[in-house]
Amino acid sequence: MNAIVTVIGKDRVGIIAAVCIKLAGLNINVLDISQTIMQGKFTMIMAVDVSEATVSFSEIRDALSDLGKEMDLSIRIQREEIFNAMHSI
Amino acid sequence: MMNQRDILSTIEMIDQQHLDIRTVTMGISLLSCSDENVSAACDNIYDKICRYAGSLVRTCEEIEAEFGIPIVNKRISVTPIALVAAASETEDYVPFALALDRAAKACGVNFIGGYSALVQKGMTLADRKLIRAIPEALSVTDLVCSSVNVGSTKAGINMDAVAMLGRVIKDTAEKTADRDAIGCAKLVVFCNAVEDNPFMAGAFHGVGEAEKVINVGVSGPGVVHHALQVVKGAPFDVVAETVKKTAFRITRMGQLVAAEASQRLDTPFGIVDLSLAPTPAVGDSVARILEEMGLETCGTHGTTAALALLNDAVKKGGVMASSSVGGLSGAFIPVSEDEGMIAAAQSGTLTIDKLEAMTCVCSVGLDMIAVPGDTPAETISAIIADEAAIGMVNSKTTAVRLLPAPGKKAGDRIELGGLLGSAPVMPVHPEGSVAFIARGGRIPAPLQSLKN
Repeated sequence: MNAIVTVIGKDRVGIIAAVCIKLAGLNINVLDISQTIMQGKFTMIMAVDVSEATVSFSEIRDALSDLGKEMDLSIRIQREEIFNAMHSI
Repeated sequence: MMNQRDILSTIEMIDQQHLDIRTVTMGISLLSCSDENVSAACDNIYDKICRYAGSLVRTCEEIEAEFGIPIVNKRISVTPIALVAAASETEDYVPFALALDRAAKACGVNFIGGYSALVQKGMTLADRKLIRAIPEALSVTDLVCSSVNVGSTKAGINMDAVAMLGRVIKDTAEKTADRDAIGCAKLVVFCNAVEDNPFMAGAFHGVGEAEKVINVGVSGPGVVHHALQVVKGAPFDVVAETVKKTAFRITRMGQLVAAEASQRLDTPFGIVDLSLAPTPAVGDSVARILEEMGLETCGTHGTTAALALLNDAVKKGGVMASSSVGGLSGAFIPVSEDEGMIAAAQSGTLTIDKLEAMTCVCSVGLDMIAVPGDTPAETISAIIADEAAIGMVNSKTTAVRLLPAPGKKAGDRIELGGLLGSAPVMPVHPEGSVAFIARGGRIPAPLQSLKN
């Protein structure tokens, strides 16, 4: 199952590293990363594969959101179907 | 990789524009629960609801977590209880409401709808008993919602039922006077009620429906408002196109959630209802969409036209996005649940008369309107009759949900809390309709041809 991780917030050293370490720890494979600064904000979008993850989806969500709180970022994970449904026919 | 802008725009809709799934409602047939013995019938009802809907809330929470989209309400609708209770030998139908309330609490849902009777053409003994029990039933339960269908385009308007319901609404208000007549917020009087409506207080599981079904109501006034801000000053064709595109996106999300919930709960998918349902939160208002089209205040001249465009464009956009669109689909205009409507009513621009005109083109009717506590029952019945006539003649659903808050006068305010919001008490015409309502009988069904 593929999901999209979005990370939005103030830029600083080590964001990508921290998120990737967290994902690796949960055995989540990163398929694609794109990162940019939009309107002065660090914005990263990652496509990930959660099918081999060691914990449930809600636990992944909580782990990422806790990391976000620690780093003062908004980090969320959503199944990719929602974006497909809303933006493509 | 997907388009970055699309991903971020979805997140912005959820985070800043209040995009959500307003409700996932499981419809359950209780026709198999009838029993001569009241307590056996109530046990059957409780057991069946818990058996079918026991995992509804947990499943919805899982979907919320995975898709990152809030599902605000999880609800249950059941077969109109007057049909289920008819077999039981009793005069008192309150125990059925208590059984529904217990089941709803056990399942953890927000509301359960279907304490209902369909009396558009005539009333059975059971219908009468149920309607008589409504004030007590709504005052002793927390989560039970009630609705009565008093008219239809095919049958006309049952004016005996209309007269009864004026009194029922007054009694319900009296019995919940300590809570600003909150009982009345859980009671809707319909004309042309739909059988697959997922929204409260009017949801019930129609007799033409399957054993159980999942109906989903999407919302998103904030998203539509935001989209219209981008096309300021553009002609109405552009406005309509913008609303359509936005409604399409919102409904696609609803369809996805509906399909997912249906599969996980092993329950057939029924419909997606694409209503713009406002909440009292700032930025989640239908009135503000109308104002965005160029009206100084909702309720002023032009409001009906703006609402007609909105209601139609929402449906057009949504129809293609879902495999089955139903329910009420369109735009709701509940006063107390819409921050912009509350403001417009407070300023005096939005009146009951204007709201009545607006209901000719919106998806439901006079909704969540506080009226003075001393409004006579006959006046309430007459308001119901007017509204039912609009629905009957125009082949559309109309409804009345009025709160005659005891002790309150025009200009006062009632506070209901939560999604039900707060409302300024709006004046009604003081001239009576007593002799009109006293006639009773039936207003015949209208001719549906020779329309010239």
